[in-house]
Amino acid sequence: MTTKLFGEPVRRREDARLITGRGRYLDDIGAGALAAAFVRSPHAHARIVDVDVDAALDVEGLVAIYTYEDLTGPLAEPLPVLIPHPQLHAPRTGYPLANGEVNHVGEPVVMVVATDRYVAEDAAERIAVTYEELPAVVGVDAARAAQHAVHEEIPDNVAARHHQETGDVEPALAASPRTLSFTQYVERSACMPLEGKGVHARWDADDRSLRVHTSTQASTSVRAAIAAKLQLSLDEVEVVAPDVGGGFGVKIVHPWPEELLVPMAAIALGREVKWTEDRREHFISSAHERQQRQEVSVGFDDDGRITALDVHVWHDNGAYTPYGIIVPIVTATQLVGPYVIPVYRVVVESVYTNTVIVTPYRGAGRPQGCFAMERTMDRIADALGLDRAVVRERNLIQPDQFPYDHHLTFQDGRPVIYDSGDYPALLGKLTALVGWDGVDALRDDAEARGKLLGVGMALYVEGTGPGPYEGGHVQVLGSGKVLVSTGLTTQGQGHETSFAQIVASELGVPIEDVEVTTGDTRRFPYAVGTFASRAAVMSGNAIALAARGVRVKALRIAADVLEADPGDLEIEDGVVQVRGTPGASIPLRTVAVLSNPLRYAFDEAAKQATQFATHDDTKPPVAEGDAPGLEHRDYYSPLRSTFASGAHAAVVEIDPATWEIDVVTYAVVHDCGNVVNPMIVEGQVHGGVAQGVGGALYERMAYDSDGQLQNASFMDFLMPYASEVPDIVIDHQQTPSPLNPLGIKGAGEAGVIPGSAALASAIEDAVGRRITSMPISPTELYDLMRSETAERTAASGRRTGVDA
Amino acid sequence: MKPAPFRYADPRSVSEALEVLAAEEGATVLAGGQSLLPLLSMRLAAPTTLVDLNRVPGLDAVEVTGDGVRVGALVRHAGLLADRAAARVQPLLARATANVAHPAIRNRGTTVGSIAHADPSGEMTSVLALTGGSVAVAAPSGSGTVGWRDLFVGPLETSLPAAAVVTSAFFPALPPRSGTAFAEVARRKGDYAVCGAGVVVTLDEDRRVAAVRASYVSVGLVPEVHDLTEAVAGAPVEKADWAAAGALARTLVEPDGDLHASADYRRLLVGVLTERTLTEAAAEAAERTP
Repeated sequence: MTTKLFGEPVRRREDARLITGRGRYLDDIGAGALAAAFVRSPHAHARIVDVDVDAALDVEGLVAIYTYEDLTGPLAEPLPVLIPHPQLHAPRTGYPLANGEVNHVGEPVVMVVATDRYVAEDAAERIAVTYEELPAVVGVDAARAAQHAVHEEIPDNVAARHHQETGDVEPALAASPRTLSFTQYVERSACMPLEGKGVHARWDADDRSLRVHTSTQASTSVRAAIAAKLQLSLDEVEVVAPDVGGGFGVKIVHPWPEELLVPMAAIALGREVKWTEDRREHFISSAHERQQRQEVSVGFDDDGRITALDVHVWHDNGAYTPYGIIVPIVTATQLVGPYVIPVYRVVVESVYTNTVIVTPYRGAGRPQGCFAMERTMDRIADALGLDRAVVRERNLIQPDQFPYDHHLTFQDGRPVIYDSGDYPALLGKLTALVGWDGVDALRDDAEARGKLLGVGMALYVEGTGPGPYEGGHVQVLGSGKVLVSTGLTTQGQGHETSFAQIVASELGVPIEDVEVTTGDTRRFPYAVGTFASRAAVMSGNAIALAARGVRVKALRIAADVLEADPGDLEIEDGVVQVRGTPGASIPLRTVAVLSNPLRYAFDEAAKQATQFATHDDTKPPVAEGDAPGLEHRDYYSPLRSTFASGAHAAVVEIDPATWEIDVVTYAVVHDCGNVVNPMIVEGQVHGGVAQGVGGALYERMAYDSDGQLQNASFMDFLMPYASEVPDIVIDHQQTPSPLNPLGIKGAGEAGVIPGSAALASAIEDAVGRRITSMPISPTELYDLMRSETAERTAASGRRTGVDA
Repeated sequence: MKPAPFRYADPRSVSEALEVLAAEEGATVLAGGQSLLPLLSMRLAAPTTLVDLNRVPGLDAVEVTGDGVRVGALVRHAGLLADRAAARVQPLLARATANVAHPAIRNRGTTVGSIAHADPSGEMTSVLALTGGSVAVAAPSGSGTVGWRDLFVGPLETSLPAAAVVTSAFFPALPPRSGTAFAEVARRKGDYAVCGAGVVVTLDEDRRVAAVRASYVSVGLVPEVHDLTEAVAGAPVEKADWAAAGALARTLVEPDGDLHASADYRRLLVGVLTERTLTEAAAEAAERTP
C-alpha cells in the first residue's frame, strides 16, 4: 500500500473549518427556534412548597411554562440509572423537573419557553418558587459523618460500597516488615468544555418524526432514551451530534433533563425549541468529579517492595447516581498501576452530598487512584531513604509477565488483565527525559537564584477501549468518494482525520476522497459512545474491518473484470491493478459502479452497469449471498479493555517569598500501542497535561457549607490559560495491543491522570513538607509552611542533615 | 446569562449624555463595557438605560504635558499602554496598565471607566491614588475636578452623583529624582491581582531617600496611599533597607481574605512586593538623580 497513512502525522483536516468559524455547533442550529430557560434551585437541599408562575404570565413573548406537574408517563418518573451495579445498593436519580424536593443548587425546577432566550430569562426571573430549606450535606467528610441525610431514606448517605480484594490483606499487612498508614484528599474539579451542553428539537407533525441535535458524547443512546421517555417509536426519532466543542466526559451522561424536556416542548408546541446551556448553568447543573478521601495502609519490605495494600476511599458522588459507580470502580481497579501488588483490598464508599452530580471527567477516577498509589510509593521511598524511582522500579510488573492478571474486575465487568506493556523501559525513558539523576545540580542552581526546586514523578496504567462494541460503515461511491460512518461521537479529537487515515491505508485510496461522519443516528444507528479513551480502539478497529470488507469485495469484482486472480490484485491511489502488470487496472470508482447492477443509466458512469452493458447471463446480476453496492459494515467487540501506560515527571520551582509554584519542566513518556497519528496523540497528551496541571494547581469547586458554589464563573474557577501550562516534552514507546486488529490502545485520557500525583511529589520534594491534599495554591502552601503540625519529610531532614 | 431589558442611548455630546442620565433614573454610563456587560449578563446589575459614550467626540485623547498626563474617558487601556510620551512623564501608567487583564480586554476597556468603576482590584484606581491624581467630572450642575481621595467611597462606589460623566483622569507627572515600579502576584497571568503594589521613591539632592509611597491592588476596600518613608528616611539610596519598608507596609495594610488568598497571605505579599518594587524604583530614582 503506497497510500499508507497509518502512523503518519497527518494534519488535522477538520481544523481549518473549526478554527475559522465554519464549525456548526449546537447554538448555530435553529436560529428561529423558540428558546428554553430554566428556573433552577437556589438551595442545596429543600422541599418545594409552591411554584407561582403568575407574575411571569404577562411577559410578552412567553410561550409556555412547564413544571413537574406537566410531565406525563415515563417522563414523570426518575431519570434512568444508566449503569446499574449490584453494589450500588441505594441508587437515586433526579426527575427532569424537580418533584417536590431539590438536592443541589442548580437542579431544574421550571422550564420556560419563549420567543428568545432574553425573554425566557425575563419570565424565569418572575417565577416565585417557595422552598422549605433542609440541612445541606457538603463534602465527603460531612457525608461520612451523616449528621444529616441527603435522601431521607438513606440515613448513612452511602449509595454504594464497592469492594474488591485479591487476598487476605490483614494478615499480609501484619506479616509485612514495615507498614505505613495515611489519609489524603483530592478536591472537585470539572470537565469545563468550552461549549456547554445544548439541545435543539424539531418535530414534523405530518411526518411524525423528531429530529434532535444535542451536544452529546452518545447520540444513539440519547435517541433510545428520548424514544422511551416520550413514548415514541425508535424510527420516529433521529439524534445528531453536530460539531461538539469539547466533552471530556460530562456529555456522556444522558439523558440530561434538557435532552428530554426540549423535545417534549417541541412536540407539544409544534415549534422548534432550543436550549443552550450558559456557563453558570454548566457550573451548577451539569457534573463534577474527583473529590475523594483516601485512607491507605501499605506493607513493604526493607527494599521497598510492596507486600500488601489496603485502601479505603470515600467518594463524593453528589446528589444522584445516574452514572452508577463507574468512577469508584475505576479508582479501585486502576489504582494498582504498573505494580505488582501481592495482596490488595479496596473499599470505595460512594456517598451522597447536596452538590452537583459526579460522573466521569477525563481520567474518570484514575487520577485519584494514581494519586493514592504514587504517593504511597513516595512515602515508602521517604521512609526507607531510597530514591523514588528505585522504589517504583522494584515494584514494576516485568515485560515477561504479560498478560498480567490483577484478579480484579474492571468497569466493563471484565477482568483487569494487562495485555501488553514495558514498564521498566517506560521508567527508564522518563528518568532520562527529565534528567532525574541530575536533579541535585538543578536544585543547587535554583537555590543560588533563591528558589526551591523539586522533582516528582508518577506512573499509571490506563484501561482503555472498553466494549461492548462499535461499528463502522465504509462505502465507495461511483464518484470515487469513500463515505465512512461510525456511531460514536466526536468532540474535537480529530476523528475525521484519524479514521480517514485508517480507511486510506486499509483501502488504498487518497485521504482526500474519504469523508467521515460520526455521531449521526441517521447514518449509523448502533453505537455506544465516546468515553474511556475508546474511539480509536473501538471505532478505529471497526472501521478498519469495514474497509477490509470493502477491499475484499472490490478485489473480487475487479478480478472478474480484469480476468485475474484476486490475490494478484492491489489497490493503490484508488486504482485496482494487477500487481506487476501495468495497464491491467480498473479505478475503484468503476468497481463501485459495477458493484450495483442497474437498469437505469442515471448518469454517464452508470451506463457501465446497465443491463445491456454487461454480458454474463449465466448467473444472477447480484449473486446469492451478495449485496449491491461497494460497501461493508462491520463491528469490533473486544474481549476486554486494552491497557495503555505512561509516566510523567515534573520539575517545579517555588518562590520561598511568595510561595508561587512554577512548573519548569513537564516530561511525559507515553505508550498507547500502535499510533494512528502521532501528532493527534501528542495533542491529546498536551490537552490532558493542561487539565492535570489545572487540577493540581488551579481548579477546585469552592462550595461553602450551605452548598453554594462560590466560584461558578471563569473569573473565579481558575482553568489554566496557555500561560499556566508548562512546555511539555514527550517521548513515545509502542507496545502494540494483541487484542485488536490494529494493535492500538486509547490515548484520550492519559495526559491528565498523573498530574496531581507528580506535582504533589515535586512540591513535597521542593519544600520538605508532606503534601496530603490536592490541589494546592500558593496561599495554601504558605499556610502549610507556617503550620507547626505539618509533617516534614524524612528526605528534607536527610538533605539538611536534620532529623525529621 | 442574558441581560434584563434596558433602553439604550448613544448621545453625541457630554451634555446630551448628562440629559439622559438626569432624565432616567437608574441610567448608567457605558464606555468599554468590560466590567459592566458581565454584570448585566449575570443580572447582577439591571440599569434602566445604558448611556453609551462611544460616539461622543473628543473623549479619546491622551494629553501629555510637563505637569502630567490627562487620559480621556474613551482611551483604551491598550492606547495608554502604547503611549510613549505618557510613559516618559509618568512611567507608572504603562507599568500598571501592562498588568490590566489580557490584550482583548485592554483593547476595549477604558482606563477612566475602570477608575469610575472603583474596583479596589483595579490597577488604575491604585495608580490614580499613588500619583495623587484626580478626575474631571461633568454634571448637570456644572463641571469640576474631584481628587482621588474624595472620589473613592467604597468597593465599586464613588462619591459622584448618578447623573455625572467622568470625562478624563489626570495623573500628575513623576516628580524629579524619583523612580517608580509596579508588580503583581496573580493566580493566572492577566487575572485580577491577588496583590499588586505600586511605589514611588523620591531622593534628595544627596541621593538619600526623601520619600517613599506605596499603593496596593486588591488590598483594602478603597485605594490608599501608604507613606513608608520613616522606615528608610535619610538612607543613602544604595544602602536603604527596603525590607524594613516592606515590614512597615505589612503593619499598615488591612487586607481581606477571599477564595484565592487568605488575609495573611495578602499581607505577606504586601511585604514581599513592597521590598521588590522599592528596590527597582530606587534604582530608577538613582538614575534620575544627578
